[in-house]
Amino acid sequence: MDFEEHAAKPLLRAAGIAIPRGRLARSAAEAEAVAAELAAPVVVKAQVPQGKRGKAGGIRVAGDPAAARAAAGAILGMEIAGHRVASVLVEERAPVAAEYYAAILGDAASRAPLVIFSSEGGMDVEEIAASMPERLRQASVDILRGLDLETAGAMLKGLGLGADEGPVAETLVALYRAYRDNDAELLEVNPLARLDNGRLVALDCKFTLDDSGIRRREELARRGCPEPLTALEARAQALGLRYIELDGDIGVLANGAGLTMTTMDVIAHHGGRAANFLEIGGDAYTKGAPALEIVLANPRVRCLVVNFCGAFARTDVMTAGVLDAWEALVPAMPVFFSVRGTGSAQAREMLRERLGVTPYGTMDEAIVAAVAAARDAGGRL
Amino acid sequence: MIVRGGDRVLVQGITGRQGTYWTERMQAYGTRVVAGVNPKKAGTRHCGVPVFATAGEAMREAGFDLSVLFIPPLGAKAAAQDAIEAGCARLVVLTEHIPVQDVMEMLAMARANGAAVVGPNTAGLVTPGACFVGFMPAFEADVFRPGRVGVISRSGSLGTLVCLNLVQAGFGQSAFIGIGGDPIVGTTTRDALEALDADARTDAVVVVGEIGGTMEEDAAAYTLEMTKPVVAFIAGSASPPGKKMGHAGAIVMGDRGTYASKRTALEAAGVEVLDTPSEVGRALQARLG
Repeated sequence: MDFEEHAAKPLLRAAGIAIPRGRLARSAAEAEAVAAELAAPVVVKAQVPQGKRGKAGGIRVAGDPAAARAAAGAILGMEIAGHRVASVLVEERAPVAAEYYAAILGDAASRAPLVIFSSEGGMDVEEIAASMPERLRQASVDILRGLDLETAGAMLKGLGLGADEGPVAETLVALYRAYRDNDAELLEVNPLARLDNGRLVALDCKFTLDDSGIRRREELARRGCPEPLTALEARAQALGLRYIELDGDIGVLANGAGLTMTTMDVIAHHGGRAANFLEIGGDAYTKGAPALEIVLANPRVRCLVVNFCGAFARTDVMTAGVLDAWEALVPAMPVFFSVRGTGSAQAREMLRERLGVTPYGTMDEAIVAAVAAARDAGGRL
Repeated sequence: MIVRGGDRVLVQGITGRQGTYWTERMQAYGTRVVAGVNPKKAGTRHCGVPVFATAGEAMREAGFDLSVLFIPPLGAKAAAQDAIEAGCARLVVLTEHIPVQDVMEMLAMARANGAAVVGPNTAGLVTPGACFVGFMPAFEADVFRPGRVGVISRSGSLGTLVCLNLVQAGFGQSAFIGIGGDPIVGTTTRDALEALDADARTDAVVVVGEIGGTMEEDAAAYTLEMTKPVVAFIAGSASPPGKKMGHAGAIVMGDRGTYASKRTALEAAGVEVLDTPSEVGRALQARLG
């Protein structure tokens, strides 16, 4: 779950990292009032969870409250990376002497937290890595011991930070604490600035909360930005189902992430287009009936592929759910089954008895038939 | 990470609904389940084996070689720590949705104690005809049959389909290694590939990957050192970028974790990458003659 800057920065402050004075504003008038309150030149920043805000014109400087009002007026309502801007962060703007980059994330290769620092900040880390790799340092952290000042200091040697070296090391240690305290997937400060007065201040902050950590960080998660969902996706999420709406016309119901992705891939391979991703594997295998209702509620769906290959997810339980929903809804469209794995003998028997249908011998046969049916249905429209 | 019939298995979380269901199936298939753990039911028997309060107690009283965890996400780290501190050398962590920082802690503890972890978010391990741990349909005769093809999969359901296709094409499996669908796992595709490369009962390997991360790219580099043929299927070619496709690890971010990157790396290493899993039999026949 991504967080907007105004919701991420307080996590830094709680860990002892300085952030600029400022406040969130939801209207131009409110932005003007915040600027007047700060009694200083300000920067007005669009609040969206992702996207290159500066390049999109979502970050503007303002010398006085009237200019802050105008800047906020221009930014509010903008669309950045698919997000409508509904609020701006108005912050005191201080003269910057140097800009650094700092981040911590979980690294799959070392299976440990990775601290990334660059003596050059203010641009994407990919850009830094490409154009000035000598300014970039990485250190893997032993998560059982944590990050200490000595380790943080050691990774900064040779970067020419001068008097900043000690304070930057302290900032990295504090950043690591914030990373650990908040179940972060990613915590990034870019830029970490040294002001003309010598203070280190986090001018921007990106925080992604680990989705698997939400359950024990419910209060924190309320300040984050839920993924933008369509009405059907939201309905599925409320049921604990992962449903992703796509632009094809073949409805997909399968179990397990890998098998569901593969069903979509093989539909594409045979010339069709999937209307959705929806998997009822794992703990969701008892939710066949509500899952089918969601797939069929998408008006683009012209036919349906039900592809079960049971491991943990028992195909007899899943098939019973699908049949319950099918009998209740009586959809006027063809359905193509492939059912294998745990419980498949009972599942196939159930399909014969209740629907008079024999599943296809292979997933590919079911999908080839579905692609042809979707094409026929399309031709009739 | 290949499970053998002689391995003594501990089931942590044995008394739960899923723990019970799958312990019974493991036992029926021949897996040597020796004990279970549930602090609240210590001193009782379940599925015919003693239940202990901790893995440490189970190690002292019963002894075991491998522990399989049927434990909810927020309890998994403590359960793994219990097993590792008991001296367990191999853990199979089935749990999905464990916080990633807990996973890193769990793997660090394992590393510090010389224990190997398979998972999290794995469907388990199968050695057809001998035993299995986890929740794979080892007992379905049209899915698993003893043979000489090793299968590595990030997904249980898709791994099942590939095993089914192998049996339909007349092959059997030497071992199935479910490595798990999380972004950070204890046993990588490459680790599993090395194990199957070293396994005398395995003649060829099928790698079942998916979008996200770089495990398939890393494994591709290792296949260059192998003489056993490897074929692969990568799920997610039709998935949109920037979305978690069911598995926490199955996400394309920018140019990282793409289908194209994995396919290119594998093909450059001489691995045949299949367009659909049903081609697996044909591809292996061509390679094995």
